[in-house]
Amino acid sequence: MARSTTKKAPAKSAGKKKKVVKPPTPSPPASSDEEQEESENEVDDNSEGEEFTDGKTFTDDNQKWLKMKGDDSASEDDEADSDSEASISQIERDAMALDAEKEEEVKEFEEDLQRQRQEMTKVFHLPTAEELEEDEDRVVPPSEIRERVEEIIEVMQDFKRRREPSRSRTEYMDQLESDLSEYFGYLPELISLFLKMFSPSEALEFLDASDKPRPLVIRTNTLKARRKDLAQALIKRGVNLDPLAPWSKVGLKIYESTVPIGATPEYLSGHYMLQSAASMCPVMALEPQPGEKVLDMSSAPGGKTSYVSQLMKNEGIVVANDLKVERQKATVGNLHRLGVKNVITCCNDGKNFPKVMGNFDRVLLDAPCSGLGVISRDQSIKVQRTVKDIERTAHLQKELLLSGIDSLNAKSKTGGIMVYSTCSVSVQENEQVVQYILNKRDVKLVDTGLKHGKPGFQRYQERRFHPSMQLTRRFYPHTHNMDGFFVAKFRKLSNKERIPPPEEVEDEEVSGEEEEDVEMDVEEDEEEVSEEKKALRAKFMSGIVKPEDDEEIDSEEETKKSENKPKKERWEKIKKGKKKKGEKVVKEQKSKQVAGKKKSGGGGGPEKKKAKK
Amino acid sequence: MRPLTEDEMRTMFQKLSTYIGKNIQHLLQNKTEAHAFRLLKDRVYYVSESLLKAAPNLPADTVLSLGTCMGKFTKGKKFKLHITSLDVLNRYALYKVWVKPSSEMSFLYGNNIPKSGLGRITDGVPQYGGVIVLSMSDVPLGFGVAAQSTEVCKDLEPTGNVVLHQGDIGEYLRNEDDVF
Repeated sequence: MARSTTKKAPAKSAGKKKKVVKPPTPSPPASSDEEQEESENEVDDNSEGEEFTDGKTFTDDNQKWLKMKGDDSASEDDEADSDSEASISQIERDAMALDAEKEEEVKEFEEDLQRQRQEMTKVFHLPTAEELEEDEDRVVPPSEIRERVEEIIEVMQDFKRRREPSRSRTEYMDQLESDLSEYFGYLPELISLFLKMFSPSEALEFLDASDKPRPLVIRTNTLKARRKDLAQALIKRGVNLDPLAPWSKVGLKIYESTVPIGATPEYLSGHYMLQSAASMCPVMALEPQPGEKVLDMSSAPGGKTSYVSQLMKNEGIVVANDLKVERQKATVGNLHRLGVKNVITCCNDGKNFPKVMGNFDRVLLDAPCSGLGVISRDQSIKVQRTVKDIERTAHLQKELLLSGIDSLNAKSKTGGIMVYSTCSVSVQENEQVVQYILNKRDVKLVDTGLKHGKPGFQRYQERRFHPSMQLTRRFYPHTHNMDGFFVAKFRKLSNKERIPPPEEVEDEEVSGEEEEDVEMDVEEDEEEVSEEKKALRAKFMSGIVKPEDDEEIDSEEETKKSENKPKKERWEKIKKGKKKKGEKVVKEQKSKQVAGKKKSGGGGGPEKKKAKK
Repeated sequence: MRPLTEDEMRTMFQKLSTYIGKNIQHLLQNKTEAHAFRLLKDRVYYVSESLLKAAPNLPADTVLSLGTCMGKFTKGKKFKLHITSLDVLNRYALYKVWVKPSSEMSFLYGNNIPKSGLGRITDGVPQYGGVIVLSMSDVPLGFGVAAQSTEVCKDLEPTGNVVLHQGDIGEYLRNEDDVF
């Protein structure tokens, strides 16, 4: 027995050594593993001890060991030399232990796989209406609801295989909707809105992220301080902070602080402003230049306005407007604290704006909204906002955006830029408003210059938006750890109103689909030109992705040329300008016949329209 | 909104001169851009020319503030400097007082500065002369009136007041409604 205990130690160490080398496989926690090993070893010890007393020494097993010796550990060799009999048994035992261990691992791995497979293919039982009725009497614990939500989402990801045959997708969705609204405490209509926008799993992520607070962010006031100095001063006061993100040179993220961030001497002397990461984005998109005339249509409490002034280096004019006097008082205070000197603060209804004052180089509208992106800041949104509210704010936003664009000076040498932003994620307040403006005014969307953020939707349920909608930017709590936000940047092309043809709105909505159909037709019909067509399409697409200067010039030329023509025709021309250009190239390159065929076959929606007229 | 009358101009300049002395002329003849004083309700604003040109376009009753607010005329026709004017005052200030970090917060809560909190002081401050209060890292914290001249300060006991509080940046939080 004494021998066995002395030799157990090296055996164990060998086992451990092997463990480091072995490939990572899903196995139970290390502690239990070791215990198992030990017990195995002990069993081995006993059996082998018997073997030796019997005198069976060099069997086939030992042969195996002889091979193993070379690639096993060298440290044990000394011991082996000193006592050959002992070493044989010991190393043999090592090998056996290792083999057993391996086998065990393989077995466990397979079991795991099987378990997973079972879980993957297991059909989740969706509670029926009767079952739910029974549940009504008892209080369902949140953890149970959460479990069900996750199960349903899993089923939705592989619906064909994992559904219960008798239940439809809508049943699953309805259950998911009611569970989510109960679990997170939202009005059901809001949940259904989110589920329309996001995939079920993304919606869950969004709702989860909306319950967590966003990090506190401050913006350095470069009029008074540098970020480096400010960071040092705050660290001295016991604040734990980091630069916000690579895209911002002025933001600082606060992790924790021993002093109130809104009352340090640095704050009071205007070295920084509390401002969320999301609300820096629209100002960055606006890119105000020193000496310009800029309007901030809803400025309170002055965070964005002061950032605008800061970028303009206190030169030029900024008009900070807001509807409510009480809110504007905070703006005045903040602006003075931050040492901003080029601002006129006033209280007008934004809708009156071109009448009140016009001819701005740039306009920023951070529109009043339902706040569906900032639920983490105000939980009451969950139960107070309804779809009707969203419609109401969307209407107000359209009015404000129209008057904002009307107060822009299209001939401004440096600007003519309008930036529209909301702290909501709903399509009704964002893409739909932007689409409305694109139809109403002679403007186009341009790149916001924000590298982070997701492109805006080009399709939402039955609606199709203009392809340039992907130049707008969306920010989400769950992907960017910022408030939910939307930013769109317009360039005003002329001061004229765009008078849409009567059927225009419908056309716009289906235009996306039409284009797709057309493209598919072309592929089927003309195989000869397909390659060129592809190249052209690529060009077309890249044109959309990055509207470089040439496109700008294009459209401007178009407008110049067509100034005498009736508005209706002009509007159409601008709309299909890109497509027609592509066709011209083809015409030049290919014979007339092919081009003719193409025109008839796949001229696109606008072409057809023209033919009708 | 209107320019100041001569009387108003005189009372305001009297007040300003205790802080910036003859540097008032730099205010009136700003080298970067022409500036002027304008009265809006009872407040006096220091406004650049470009803002002045743009302001009349807006409906007069909707304008809340423009440029930098210097202070206000009280009902008794006296001029009261506001903390918002600190930037302007600091640039042209004649006399300055630096406060030790230990009594920084006390001053920001509206207290006077005792001798124990005094870090540095410019030479030749007369008694009751206007001084700008700065932190040791040159961040302006407010303004006040020197309780004693510089010479007397040297022999003052630690609890004796050096600067009598007039305005400090803590007011941005304490009485936002009052100032704006």
